[in-house]
Amino acid sequence: MSVIAEAAKKAQGAVQAVMKTAIANAPDGWIPGGVPDPLIRAKHGLVGTPVSRIDGPLKVKGAARFAAEFPLDGMVYAALAHATIPLGRIATLDTSAAEAVPGVVLVMTYKNAPKMAPPPLFMSNPKAVSGDNLPIFQDADIHWNGQPYAVALAETQEAADHATTLIEVTYDELPARTRFAEAKTNTYPGTFQGEPLLVEIGDAEAALAAAPHKVDVTYTTPRHNHNPIELHAATVRWNGDDLIVHDATQAVTHTAWSLAQIFGLKEEQVHVTSPYVGGGFGSKTLWQHQTLAAAASKVSGRPVRIVLSREGVFRGVGGRTLTEQRVAIGAQADGAFDAIVHTGTIGMTSHNNLPEPFIVATKTAYAAKTFHLDVEVAEMDMVANTFMRAPGEAVGTFALECAVDELAHDMGIDPIALRERNEPEQDPTAGTPFSSRNIVAAYRAGAERFGWDKRQAPGTRREGEWLIGMGCATGTYPYYRMPGGAARLTLTRDARVTVAIAAHEMGMGTSTAHSAVVADRFGLPLDAVTFDYADSKLPGVVLAGGSQQTASIGAAVIAAHRALVTELLKLAGNDSPLAGLKADEVAGYDGGLCKLDEPGRYESYASILGRANRDEVTVEAEAPPPLETQHWSMHSYSAIFVEAAVNAITGETRIRRVLGSFDCGTILNPKTASSQFRGGMIMGLGMALMEEAQFDERSGRIVNPSLAEYHVPVHMDVPAIDIIWTDIPDPHAPMGAHGVGEIGITGVAAAIANAVFNATGKRVRDLPITLDKLL
Amino acid sequence: MTPFAYDRAGSSADAIRLAQATAATHYLGGGTNLVDLMREGVATPDRLVDVTGLSAAIEPTPDGLRIDAAVRNTALASDPRVRRDYPLLARAIVAGASAQIRNMATVGGNLLQRTRCAYFYDDAAACNKRVPGAGCDAVDGFNRIHAILGASPACVATHPSDMAVAMAALNAVVTIDGPDGSRDVPLTDFHRLPGGTPEIETVLARGELITAVTLPPLGFGARSTYRKVRDRASYAFALVSVAAAVDVQGGTVADVRLALGGVAHKPWRAFAAEAALRGQPATAASFRAAAEAELADAVPLRDNGFKIELAKRTIVAVLEELTGEAA
Amino acid sequence: MHFTINGRGVDADFDLRTSLLDLLRDHLGLTGSKKGCNQGACGACTVLVDGERINACLALAVQYDGRSITTVEGLADATGLSPLQAAFVEHDGFQCGYCTPGQLCSAMGMIDEVRRGVPSVVAADMADGDIVLDHDELRERMSGNLCRCGAYNGIVNAIADTFAAETHSKEPA
Repeated sequence: MSVIAEAAKKAQGAVQAVMKTAIANAPDGWIPGGVPDPLIRAKHGLVGTPVSRIDGPLKVKGAARFAAEFPLDGMVYAALAHATIPLGRIATLDTSAAEAVPGVVLVMTYKNAPKMAPPPLFMSNPKAVSGDNLPIFQDADIHWNGQPYAVALAETQEAADHATTLIEVTYDELPARTRFAEAKTNTYPGTFQGEPLLVEIGDAEAALAAAPHKVDVTYTTPRHNHNPIELHAATVRWNGDDLIVHDATQAVTHTAWSLAQIFGLKEEQVHVTSPYVGGGFGSKTLWQHQTLAAAASKVSGRPVRIVLSREGVFRGVGGRTLTEQRVAIGAQADGAFDAIVHTGTIGMTSHNNLPEPFIVATKTAYAAKTFHLDVEVAEMDMVANTFMRAPGEAVGTFALECAVDELAHDMGIDPIALRERNEPEQDPTAGTPFSSRNIVAAYRAGAERFGWDKRQAPGTRREGEWLIGMGCATGTYPYYRMPGGAARLTLTRDARVTVAIAAHEMGMGTSTAHSAVVADRFGLPLDAVTFDYADSKLPGVVLAGGSQQTASIGAAVIAAHRALVTELLKLAGNDSPLAGLKADEVAGYDGGLCKLDEPGRYESYASILGRANRDEVTVEAEAPPPLETQHWSMHSYSAIFVEAAVNAITGETRIRRVLGSFDCGTILNPKTASSQFRGGMIMGLGMALMEEAQFDERSGRIVNPSLAEYHVPVHMDVPAIDIIWTDIPDPHAPMGAHGVGEIGITGVAAAIANAVFNATGKRVRDLPITLDKLL
Repeated sequence: MTPFAYDRAGSSADAIRLAQATAATHYLGGGTNLVDLMREGVATPDRLVDVTGLSAAIEPTPDGLRIDAAVRNTALASDPRVRRDYPLLARAIVAGASAQIRNMATVGGNLLQRTRCAYFYDDAAACNKRVPGAGCDAVDGFNRIHAILGASPACVATHPSDMAVAMAALNAVVTIDGPDGSRDVPLTDFHRLPGGTPEIETVLARGELITAVTLPPLGFGARSTYRKVRDRASYAFALVSVAAAVDVQGGTVADVRLALGGVAHKPWRAFAAEAALRGQPATAASFRAAAEAELADAVPLRDNGFKIELAKRTIVAVLEELTGEAA
Repeated sequence: MHFTINGRGVDADFDLRTSLLDLLRDHLGLTGSKKGCNQGACGACTVLVDGERINACLALAVQYDGRSITTVEGLADATGLSPLQAAFVEHDGFQCGYCTPGQLCSAMGMIDEVRRGVPSVVAADMADGDIVLDHDELRERMSGNLCRCGAYNGIVNAIADTFAAETHSKEPA
């Protein structure tokens, strides 16, 4: 980093610090969420009832249309060729044999690709969404093993695939940084969300040294891949200078803007839709394939469909990077923490900016007198690592929560009691008050239901060949709400409402849950609500990421609803029972509006609009900036309980029972939220026991780019999973609700590792916990 | 995938005749491995002769139960005679792959499955099996799933079949038809160790076709099982598997069949362990001694040393399970 | 070549390299069957051929000339949902919905296998023809269908609920 850049960053940091203090100290009423969402008080609506997915029938009929399922006239199929060296330049390139394949329309490489600007790197701009910022097909440079270097278009997928195998390429290879042990000898501090991943409160090392009880251990986690079952895909066409993309993305607006930057277009010239996404988990953002399809379409003049192969996903779409984490905790005899040290190193490329922030959960987990938290970056030459379900927290809670368990065991204290002993009264590193934190209640409810009191000493419970153990761990994930939320509401005289917002449905149940929320807000039945989403032409910049979509949609709808009610009251005029009331004094009820504390003062929407001679009212409004996240410490929590069985002969681990006790505010839809929790927990099970993208440090190449060799849990791995929640609304969040997409995975790997310890007496600190580590 | 011609054979003679057409003709069974290898560019046939239409009978013969090569895995595992007389084989089959794949895969194709070594699949890697003389990236690379027995400096890959391991234990005989007639080969001699030519995996000569596998009678076959140890609870290849049948008379091992999967370039018949066991008391100590004898020559690589102890333990556990009532 | 797809005769002409899955999706517009790995490792492409479940991605279409194929589009008539489809919705047996057609077809094939007495590896005794479609049997038999959203519990509950009456089998066929 240059001196100037560093100075600018420091200055920016100083401004941010001042702003942060001001927001933290402002009166609650000035902050979004300062006045609780009135919907929190409503007890008899659809919110909180287990509504089945409104898109369920389409999905079970196979009629939901995914990105690769839009047929276009004259469409050709794309296939990619991937580099086989980790760093260097293409020396020679011969595409003639590929071009000669019958049906091949185009072979595009850096030699004949159109001029394109580098893709805007995620977080470099509010709408930037590319996994890296390397130029695409603009030069002969190879930056990672697996980088696409050619795209073939053909009349059939078979011809395109075959053509890519006939391209002759040679390289001038450069020495690459592919070995973590070497890379980590030269590190720098990571930065996340504009702030350094560094917390120093007091002298933690000295406090640790002086503490009468301590653990000081190192945990390692490997690379992971999201592996949504839907392959990354896009169907693209140009309409003159306008680009139309049917994408599989968790960021339609961002993708449209980012593609516009790449192709030098105005934002409104790019139209991105993505009505159904076959799983994302952080991976369905902008990678090279969408840009390559659009570029090849431009050059060939044909609509293009690109579907990455599963290997292509591993080669071209990044995953979660590896981590090496030291956790040291010093404690007094009564269990009170004197010091928490959580430091370590992650691998990252120089062309992205996600230093897997494994300390984020530790910043708010426990009270302690001193802290030293630090994420160091070791640069490596590889496919850009990226966001994967609970980036930071998933792997960070593994290390932290195993260490707490180790300390509890060493001290002879129940691990839940040790956690309660160190429950903070306010955010232990930021100093802000918690908006809503009921982790102790979650633990107590979970422990009772799970039968935690039946837990025995390590290695003492055996059933036949199987050693049985119980473990627990805390999961946590921040409440985020990103700027840019906006929504359009249209109310018609027949009392139907349409919500339009550029949000996403990857299976989270977005459309179902928010249709119910909107129905409740308006006092309408569910089938009176239409939820339009996943189209970049719709209002709002709403990333389906960071578990923030629920809050983002919620806040935008609140703003739009308030504006719409204001408009309705104006239309109602002086002849209405509602005359003289302000928006904050009324609520949607039974197909109309009524005074909050005087339901008799009521007029139906049909009546209001009829009298005003209007067929409909439309408003669009933006959500306020998300200042609440700096005013309060806002997080979701979970207490995870696991019963594991380890085979004493073979070392195989099987999970027999899992319970998740969640504290995530109001649960909007118990049915779909439970699925989110379970799904996250199952991904955590995979992370604990089997998942690893094997990175060959000689070549920088992933050697198991397939679902046969990269193991994810199958039906047989997954036991019954019990889910409970506190259902205590967060008074400062829209609907009182937190996002529930990522919390599920956090804490699970630790709970499993702790259960394995309880079963066997063996600590496995290196994920995944494969049988060889338990023999 | 390179383009190819396609023929459907009506008989084995027809298939063998059609396969003479080009040097790069492959027989096509269920396609569960070959189609994948063709997509990966590892197999590049210019002609496929589909043999799934050939006879798919399971019939008793004087030499034992004859299973036509075109029998699907599911049909074989479901056959009441197989389940009664050779339960280790039924169990081995249903321990493998997924139900969908078992519905497609044929007996002949299962025997000819190719290794799951990652470097064999990756055209950017060095692999003597894929490109003779290219070297082996697995020897010093990720080799957790690789061989501990019978490997060579040229190749440390393992054979992935479960079915074949049970068949090895059963003294199965492979019937092969070819341009020069028919011959029978014991299954234990059908697959080769890699030596210096890992690209040659079986004794099949060009144009030869597996037409049947015969299971000789095994009096104590009903007391048999197959145990598969793997990285997830289902739908994963074996790290180690053990097929065993044992005959205990008066507390002594009268006879035993033992074969290992996931440890070698071929289904590994544990002759040394069998020899060490015959006539010995059916005790954990004898089982362990036999396992030690079998694994005495095992050679660990960087990541797979655990397999040596795992194989020993699994052998002991399986024998204990089978003799639990008898001992 | 001629196929019967969801009860309708279909003539098709295609590159010999075309998989049954690509034939359905790209040539015939039946995009209900999904591609998740194209190598038989995920089960999203599961279809029924003459009632048996297979991975359509590993099937060269030419091999299935003349056969009868059922895809997710053929599991119910145009007007409604099959009992299993309805149970998937009720039990939330999916999130993104991408693996769902494969899970549904696989479950239909599985039930047929149970009725025919096809054993699974969780059976205590291979020679015993009875099958009790309990939690372990159901999970093992469905393990060829991955769900990365992790809707496994809902899927298993939906299948168990739908086929509660089918939990026993007769002697092996």
